[in-house]
Amino acid sequence: MSETRTIKIEILRYRPEIDSSPVLQSYRVPCPQEWVVLDALDYIKNNIDSSLSYRWSCHMAVCGSCGVMVNGEPMLACKTFLREMGDTVRVEPLLNFPIERDLVVVIDDFLENLKSLKPYIIRKTEKPVEEGTHLQTHAQLKRFKQYTLCINCLLCYAACPQYALNTNFIGPSALALAHRYNLDSRDEGYAMRQEIVASPEGVWECSFVGACSEVCPKHVDPASAVQQMKITSTKDYFLRFLGGKR
Amino acid sequence: MARSHKPIIWGPFAAGGTLAALIMPVLIFVTGVAVPLGILPPESLSYHRAVAFAGTWLGKLILFVFVSLPAWHAAHRARITVHDLGVRLDNIVALVVYGLAATLTITAVVALLRI
Repeated sequence: MSETRTIKIEILRYRPEIDSSPVLQSYRVPCPQEWVVLDALDYIKNNIDSSLSYRWSCHMAVCGSCGVMVNGEPMLACKTFLREMGDTVRVEPLLNFPIERDLVVVIDDFLENLKSLKPYIIRKTEKPVEEGTHLQTHAQLKRFKQYTLCINCLLCYAACPQYALNTNFIGPSALALAHRYNLDSRDEGYAMRQEIVASPEGVWECSFVGACSEVCPKHVDPASAVQQMKITSTKDYFLRFLGGKR
Repeated sequence: MARSHKPIIWGPFAAGGTLAALIMPVLIFVTGVAVPLGILPPESLSYHRAVAFAGTWLGKLILFVFVSLPAWHAAHRARITVHDLGVRLDNIVALVVYGLAATLTITAVVALLRI
């Protein structure tokens, strides 16, 4: 039998039509052992206060929608068990993003940055369909597979102290996704992405604190992607003087 | 978007960091532990041997690399650490730390060429 414990859930709320600034609101929620933070949010929405707004979709750490701050740490609401928490749990919108409403943040900047990095396979000339598919070896797949696991949940942006200081920084997950395509043997878009990657607001804004990799729920390690891109960007920079333009 | 000139600093920083991580422990062991404790004979670090080593072009190059690159590493790391601690005087900090690294680099060149 699952044990139920009543937990005080404090939620940072912001309803632009009533609140001049975000305010904390508390709810008492009876939580069975197996509940995650998202279950408690659903309980509040369905039983106590239907005006609560938050993003979610899959409830299984795949869609990346439910990133929130739980007791000050960026986490997926669907992957954070309440049984591991105390009697009071504070849930706030992701840090470093403007709040749209309650736990929903504005992520337009990130989407623009991601788009600018062309996160898809680019070919100089498309291979005709009749010539078949692009084959890859296991070794070629292994080079970039880790970086394909990113779900764009933006926990890394909420954890990044450099993004907190300068939101023009392209940021961890967008750069890691650029790296994912750069490493793909089928891709030829490296030079195009490099225009953004090697700019002052690309990899060079990172000071290798590594918080992005620590909070990543999919173990993507964006910090390593950014450091690897610093090495390739440095090689490029000096090779340009030797006429080896890339 | 324009490309950043950061690689000018980051190149020596990364190279210096690699050297510091891989070679410095050995150097510290040899100069700070092995010779003082007699694990290696004391004359292996004698003045005449050191001068003879610094007298060859290969010796000068090795010494230059080991003095200057870790200095740039330390300078850049200090700048970033100061930034991470919340000090927002980046231009002044950069001038001071890179100035020190440049001074050490030039001093190393002059000293090695005089041997």
